[in-house]
Amino acid sequence: MNDAIVLQGLTKYYGSLLAVDHASLNIEEGEVFGFLGPNGAGKTTTIRMLVGLTTPSEGTASVAGYDIKKNLVEVKRRVGVVPETSNLYDELSVWDNLLFSSCLYHVPRNERADRIRGLLETFNLKERQSTKFGKLSKGLKRRVVIAAALVHRPRIVFMDEPTSGLDVVSALSLRRLVRELRREDTTVFLTTHYIEEADQLSDRVAIIVEGKIVVVDTPENIKQSFRGVPILEACLSQVPDESMMHEMEPVGIVEFKGNRVRFEAENLTEALESLIRLASQRGIQVTDVNTLQPSLEEAFVGLTGVSPESMKIEKERRR
Amino acid sequence: MLVDELRGIYYILLKDLKAYYFKPPNISWGILFPLVLALAFSLRNPTGLVELAPGLIAMAAVFGTTSMEAIVITFERRTGALERLLLAPISIKSILMSKILGGTVFGFMISGIMTMISILVFNMKIQSPLWFSLIIVLTLLTLSSLGALVAVSVKEVFEAQTLSNYFRFPMIFLCGVFIPVASMPQPLQVIAYLLPLTYSVDALRSTILGTSNTINTLTNAIALSLFFLAFSSISNLQLKRSLR
Repeated sequence: MNDAIVLQGLTKYYGSLLAVDHASLNIEEGEVFGFLGPNGAGKTTTIRMLVGLTTPSEGTASVAGYDIKKNLVEVKRRVGVVPETSNLYDELSVWDNLLFSSCLYHVPRNERADRIRGLLETFNLKERQSTKFGKLSKGLKRRVVIAAALVHRPRIVFMDEPTSGLDVVSALSLRRLVRELRREDTTVFLTTHYIEEADQLSDRVAIIVEGKIVVVDTPENIKQSFRGVPILEACLSQVPDESMMHEMEPVGIVEFKGNRVRFEAENLTEALESLIRLASQRGIQVTDVNTLQPSLEEAFVGLTGVSPESMKIEKERRR
Repeated sequence: MLVDELRGIYYILLKDLKAYYFKPPNISWGILFPLVLALAFSLRNPTGLVELAPGLIAMAAVFGTTSMEAIVITFERRTGALERLLLAPISIKSILMSKILGGTVFGFMISGIMTMISILVFNMKIQSPLWFSLIIVLTLLTLSSLGALVAVSVKEVFEAQTLSNYFRFPMIFLCGVFIPVASMPQPLQVIAYLLPLTYSVDALRSTILGTSNTINTLTNAIALSLFFLAFSSISNLQLKRSLR
């Protein structure tokens, strides 16, 4: 598998502020890559360097096999960008905006109308094709911006917070679209503050904190690395008495909630045996047992010290 | 590739004309402005209108090229729409050229109307039509590139308008539109020759009235070309600098 995007010590200073600190990454063709981090961590700056909107202060990068410093126009031909802001032309209709994008990206004349019709269908915009972009709702604008980024069928798509401002149905259809792009071997570089979204969609994720990439791995591996003491949750046929909780304390931290018992224990086998024994002594049956996985969100909080919830609030406040 | 760059310039120009320039309010302003200008000066001085026509055509060119273009560029910068163009597979130079051509086309419409009024109403006759056409095109390109330079140097639409006026009004008073440059005090003459409109008005006057030789018109054409190259190159650098 070839690398679609390669970053080697990519660095960006804004005056004395270090926005991106020697970022190095390899993203394979056809991979969906989640790029996560708190607000102001350097996610958007990294994308802006990769698509030629700002020049790196140090380091190099290649996109679709082309050096971003030497062959920027070739890079631009092969990428589609969904920026954070919906920046199409208010005075043009949805159709005209998509047509303009297809012209600018050299889509052959005889294919333009078919491609636009296909995208209008995919994004459920057919009814709005004659509406001026400026008259659309925030969610509809977002859909048109995404459609415009895909009109030339790019090999690599950069999506900066693509579902931000989208309603639930549109966000779901966008996630479906990302999966389809992946099936077609399109590389997707995705930044989002919806950690769950990145977890569901990404083959691998990188977490960037204060300009530095602190981890690059699959969501599963990141979650595993954050697994502390194993957590086990059991469901009992009856609500147990307090004495059972005291008797279980030596095996680990125990929490009772109605007929549910949740305990963290170094030795899960010992804990489970103890639970079954104590329950059966009281004529109670264990009806269900689950081990609880740490979420990517928990791993994100552990690595960045920022809660995703506060990130969303901050993001909305800035809009 | 050159063909791709030229195509890109063409599509951006078409988009700008459709989205901004050829909107009904702008068209009506574009028609009214030269009409009102012609009417005001014909009431003030009904006998010397042919003498004034080159200045009026130049004035129409100044306002036609710079007024809308500065708004278009700063507006697109503000909304992020200019960034969309910068993402496309086209060079910054070509993006800027398309913007300059937008102003040029709109300026052509307004100065064209002024020229038609001068011919049809004031009975103006153009002695050297080919030279006149060349000078008009160079004037529009130069003034439009000045408009682009102003627009890429500021952030807000109102700043672009204010800064444009710092160039527009001195040019109208110093460049021979109303008063011949030769009759102005020496220091003002020096300033006049630093401004592109001086060369436009001189060349337009000589090509309309047939009062000058080819060398003089050619010198004015070269001066305008140099101004165009300087303004567009600085605008290009300025726009590139904003990406750092």
